[in-house]
Amino acid sequence: MPSELSESHVLEFPGGYTRSTGPVIGRFLTELRDGRIVGVRTADQRTLVPPLEYDPHTGDPVTDEFVTVGPAGTVAEWVWVDSPRRNHPLDHPFAWAMIKLDGADTALVHVVDAGHPKAMRPGLRVRPRWRAERIGQITDIECFVPEVTMIVSPVRAEYTIKPGRALTRFLEGVRDGVFLAGHCATCDKVYVPYRISCPECGYLIAEERQVADTGTITTFAINNLPDPRAPQVPFVSAYILLDGADTPMIALVGDVPAHEVRQGMRVRAVWVPEAERTLAMSNVKWFAPTGEPDAELEN
Amino acid sequence: MGNRCAVIGIGQTRYTTKRQDVSIAGLVREAALRALEDAGLTFKDIDAVVIGKAPDLFEGVMMPEAYLADALGAAGKPMMRVHTAGSVGGSTGLVGASLIQGGVHERVLVVAYEKQSESNATWALSTHLPYNASLVVGAGGYFAPHIREYMRRSGAPDHIGTLVAVKDRQNALKNPYAHLRIPGIDRAMVESTPMLWEPIRYLETCPSSDGACAMVLAAESAVTGRPAWVHGTAMRSEPIFRAGRDTVNPQGGKDCAADVYRQAGITDPRREIDVAEVYVPFSWYEPMWLENLGFAAENEGWKLTEAGCTALDGDTPWNASGGVLSSNPIGASGLIRFAEAALQVRGMAGEHQVEGARTALGHAYGGGAQFFAMWIVGADKP
Ligand SMILES: [Zn+2]
Repeated sequence: MPSELSESHVLEFPGGYTRSTGPVIGRFLTELRDGRIVGVRTADQRTLVPPLEYDPHTGDPVTDEFVTVGPAGTVAEWVWVDSPRRNHPLDHPFAWAMIKLDGADTALVHVVDAGHPKAMRPGLRVRPRWRAERIGQITDIECFVPEVTMIVSPVRAEYTIKPGRALTRFLEGVRDGVFLAGHCATCDKVYVPYRISCPECGYLIAEERQVADTGTITTFAINNLPDPRAPQVPFVSAYILLDGADTPMIALVGDVPAHEVRQGMRVRAVWVPEAERTLAMSNVKWFAPTGEPDAELEN
Repeated sequence: MGNRCAVIGIGQTRYTTKRQDVSIAGLVREAALRALEDAGLTFKDIDAVVIGKAPDLFEGVMMPEAYLADALGAAGKPMMRVHTAGSVGGSTGLVGASLIQGGVHERVLVVAYEKQSESNATWALSTHLPYNASLVVGAGGYFAPHIREYMRRSGAPDHIGTLVAVKDRQNALKNPYAHLRIPGIDRAMVESTPMLWEPIRYLETCPSSDGACAMVLAAESAVTGRPAWVHGTAMRSEPIFRAGRDTVNPQGGKDCAADVYRQAGITDPRREIDVAEVYVPFSWYEPMWLENLGFAAENEGWKLTEAGCTALDGDTPWNASGGVLSSNPIGASGLIRFAEAALQVRGMAGEHQVEGARTALGHAYGGGAQFFAMWIVGADKP
């Protein structure tokens, strides 16, 4: 096999080059090692961060006045690094950003660990994350991180729910494939689901009645938003007045395309097989059209 | 009705999807300070604070009245919270007014808010308790069937809801506090949005907003600045599971309106009320409430909407501010209606001012249309 000759070759000065910092950069790095960020004043009273030895506007030497800036600052511009390289300062996606520290007139390039590019924007307030071991280098600041503007506050309440006597009785009914209702003797109204006090007159409801599992759709909505209890989207939730009852129940309508459901449509409960029934409303799969002529609606 | 009561200060925040720059405390304080500034007062001049918001599950803050006492300058003063679902803003205003009318206090600060962005109201309204005998759906799923029934009974054409959705958003363009400001809003734009809970389209529903509203209420002896006088106040509720309950035209709403009109001496609301701020979270509730509030005969409300009577330049403007359809920090939405009614009769509604408005209705409803709160305010002393 013919092959081209190649070999890796490394040029690295053993131990690394040294750099004499001079008094200006040296002061900056010394303060960094102490966990402070300083800028240097120019003759026209601007504050350069990071400090420079010579004013880039005039070429004059900067003054010997150093001022503490930050530690917080504001992102001016930024670029997102989605796949960090080996030499990058963080091993997960981050932003390079121009950060104008509070009190500075120039921006510092550094890293922002924001988690997601959507968290980045011009004007974002950030603060340094310092390394515990500092040696006097710009990387003594590991990166900048956004200020805290939101916390998550988990709230969890756990209850033991008991259906109570009336609802238990009603659920016993649906387990047995019937709808139980309460008849108020004072108002002569039949309430379904079964209840033991009348919301109209407040009296005790003494009489339990069984009502039919057929009824009429008084009105309905076609829901285009998914719901865990509905088999598909769109689904119909309807007010169904069971035959013999005076209050409608809200229930699913099935076995019919949503846009063929009508007010006045006659429906019947579709029960799950007897063996699968429990003390729950899920015993009724949904209500399906009976095929009878529509009922007359009141006005 | 008791002693005279006046609105002397109104403060609102700009309503928006997310107010992430402030805490809940910062949000309510912003509205409160603006109301105090409007009245030329400070917290020191306030005797008591009444606060309202929607259910605790909306932001997961239990006892917000305790948390917010400091932000509202309530230290050492009576502070209470009102809680009547979506109508709570209106009820909050009325509880505050009753403290003045009853002679208990001279000046009361009422505040209502919601910071919907901290959570999800639809989640909070459909928590799926075990053993439910009935399917529980969110607000849209709950109200859509009643709208369908209204359409059937009244024979209203399908586009009436669209007209309301456009009209209220056009008004919102004139209200600097409004959340939904959609330049060029028109019927085609509304009709191009999907049905969420048919017959309700996306742009026929209210937005989810962050925001707060506050008012300073005063006894006659403590009035500063330009007052809006309270001419009538009424609240009603009705049991949601009552047999024979009319969910399209609820009795509670009719009774509440009759009561507030009687106090204010109103016999023909459409002619005697110059502007109404009515709780319309879904567009079709405008024609429905036009009937419930006696502005139109039964099944005729949609004709007023269709004829443009409820537009800003119509003979009976409804929701000149853009209404709930344009801004909906739920707990505050009722109080905003009451505040906008007062702004109108004070002549301080800015670009959405109804010229010469001297009598205005503020209205709120909540729950499954089972709580109602209303007031009539006027430029003249009652
Ligand atoms: Zn009864």
